Amino acid sequence: MSAESPLEIHDLTVAYHRKPVLWGVDLTVPAGQLIGIIGPNGAGKSTLIKACMGLLPVQSGWVKMFGQPFAKVATRVGYVPQRESVDWDFPVSVMDVVLMGRYGRLGLLRRPGKADRELARSCLEKVQLLPYANRQIANLSGGQQQRVFLARALAQQADLYFMDEPFSGVDAATEAAIIAVLRELRDQGRTLLVVHHDLPTARQYFDRLLLLNMNVVAFGPTSEVYTPELLQRTYGGRLTILSEVAQALGAQEPPR
Amino acid sequence: MSSNRTWSSDPAGRATVHAGRWLGLALLLLAAGVAPVRAAGIGDLVEINWVEQAARFFTFQDATVRYALLGSILLGLSCGLLGSFLVVRKMALVGDALSHAVLPGVALGFLWNLSKDPLAIFIGAMIAGLVGTALVSAITRTTRLKEDAALGLVLASFFAAGICLVTMIQQLPTGNKSGIDKFLFGQAAALGPDDIALMGTVTGIALVLVTLFYKELLATSFDPGFSRASGLPSRWIHHGLMLLLAAAVVIALQAVGVVLVSAMLITPAAAAYLLTDRLHRLVLLASAFGVAAGVSGAFLSFVGPSLPTGPLMVLGASFVFGLAFFFAPRHGVISRWWRRRTGAARTRRENTLKSMFHVWEAGGFRAEGVTLTELAEKRRETLEDAQRLGSALVRHELATLSGDVLYFTPAGKQRAGEIVRNHRLWELYLTNSAGMAPDHVHEDAERIEHVLGETVVRALERRLDYARVDPHGRNIPTPREIHRDAGLTDESKRRERP
Repeated sequence: MSAESPLEIHDLTVAYHRKPVLWGVDLTVPAGQLIGIIGPNGAGKSTLIKACMGLLPVQSGWVKMFGQPFAKVATRVGYVPQRESVDWDFPVSVMDVVLMGRYGRLGLLRRPGKADRELARSCLEKVQLLPYANRQIANLSGGQQQRVFLARALAQQADLYFMDEPFSGVDAATEAAIIAVLRELRDQGRTLLVVHHDLPTARQYFDRLLLLNMNVVAFGPTSEVYTPELLQRTYGGRLTILSEVAQALGAQEPPR
Repeated sequence: MSSNRTWSSDPAGRATVHAGRWLGLALLLLAAGVAPVRAAGIGDLVEINWVEQAARFFTFQDATVRYALLGSILLGLSCGLLGSFLVVRKMALVGDALSHAVLPGVALGFLWNLSKDPLAIFIGAMIAGLVGTALVSAITRTTRLKEDAALGLVLASFFAAGICLVTMIQQLPTGNKSGIDKFLFGQAAALGPDDIALMGTVTGIALVLVTLFYKELLATSFDPGFSRASGLPSRWIHHGLMLLLAAAVVIALQAVGVVLVSAMLITPAAAAYLLTDRLHRLVLLASAFGVAAGVSGAFLSFVGPSLPTGPLMVLGASFVFGLAFFFAPRHGVISRWWRRRTGAARTRRENTLKSMFHVWEAGGFRAEGVTLTELAEKRRETLEDAQRLGSALVRHELATLSGDVLYFTPAGKQRAGEIVRNHRLWELYLTNSAGMAPDHVHEDAERIEHVLGETVVRALERRLDYARVDPHGRNIPTPREIHRDAGLTDESKRRERP
């Protein structure tokens, strides 16, 4: 792995219909870390990872991965989109979907071969879905569908992963299985950025946290960043004012 | 007909009048079988019967027939092939808009040198189609309107412009002999060698490109975001597909007509969608259905009275869809109904077995048989009902009937034990683990007992510490008892826990 940071973001601004969703994001991510992106709804968590991969138009700023623009290193980047982003009635099998993880590396005109199938099988094995390889994807539970996406990402054999709520709609056992796979990837020196919405587990799961609310509130080791003040500022806005007012009211002498 | 006559200056109206007049007659003639019919313009105007006409069609004596048939095959193939991707990408309306938007281009292509030059018309139509789709995406990008509204808007306005242009052309001195009106409802007979060459080229290119880029088409159709993120040229694939679709629409125009060409894109693919769960099979099936629809349309139009080819092709495709809708093995209406019905019959049989078990249990497992009267009493039904239920068991070899006494077969006894066990286990599970009151659990167990698989039963047993008594104080039969009662061999006992 090169000394270049796997992900460097400089002054990134993304807007929907001219209304900014992300504002001047600066970020330099160290390699080999499992990083949680947390923040309230509408904080721009998904927007951030989509903008990094060029799926959304960027108003200003730049993103570099391994010191290069995304298009140059797309094959080194893996992606787990939100489960709701696709039609699960689509006529494909589990195996077909996992093989799509190989398409980027194969490039145009080449078909997935025996080695690719072998790899896809081992990825399915890792998420305990091998018995389901030939099923149509509609015949899976939500947690299994989430693991299909994870297996596809594994098949990408990327050095940097973006995952958009991989734990949404899965049961506790599946969540444990997924986090085990993510840690294994991290231990192999890969870098993972995971959008997450559950605070208590975020503290256990991630080496570092990115607290995001339209801009970077804090980024650092979980133990340093997971503090009441920083979380308050992240989930702030109206809530902060309300709680400040509530606190002020509580400090007042009760009228007798 | 006088009310219709006001329409007859309009090509669409004329075809409608034609179709209307001949439709009733066609049915009569088909019933009569041998009555003389007029060749539908594909042949000449000789009066011959339909058997001879069919023979003429299949021996390809006339060049017109050959061209019409070849053209129908090519357009069915290209429309089925490309329509598959339209359907799985949920862009069916785009196909509709595209086909209507090409009409002004057809007219302008004709005006280019006032002749039906296939290439000029092809280029004009392609340009119009692409301008139309570009307008749709421009409207959705720059306004708050969503795609469906934009499609409807572009479709209608382009089509209106096209109709006006076509009518103008027909009013030209040479116009009414031009055959430009054929573009509205289509006539395979109007196809010439130049048209066929163009259709062959387009279909060939479509086949080659879809084969080469199948992987990309699959990935971008299923998950566009992921495809772009993994570096696949999603946008190029999309534009390429639109270009091919426009070309397929244009070559199909003359045979199917502007109004119905989108049906040739969507219907075969929709039928295939009901029949398979894999995209490559869907594409192959849709292409085959497209060809079948094309051929049957050309054939019927040739043998039958002068009905336009396009609508007949579309009816052929719709017929295939109808078959798929009713008879598809997994998603079809009939097969779903059949599965439900057989499921209900099985449940009924299992309930009968359960009642027999209850009677047997109440008698202390002594009396070997259960009389029909006992069964009827247990189930609070008439003797006739009990007789019917009993003979259903006999038919499925779950019991034998001698006189009016029912005896379990080994298979019947085992199934009865399993059902009772499932019922009582589930009741116990609901009261113990889900904290439901014992008098609330029976109804639920009545449904669940029929669907519990062996693995779930094992898990339940473990969960409940192999309990022996249900919430109502009755014994839960163990696998050992069930096997012993059923008189099964030691072989099956080895799987049990010690």
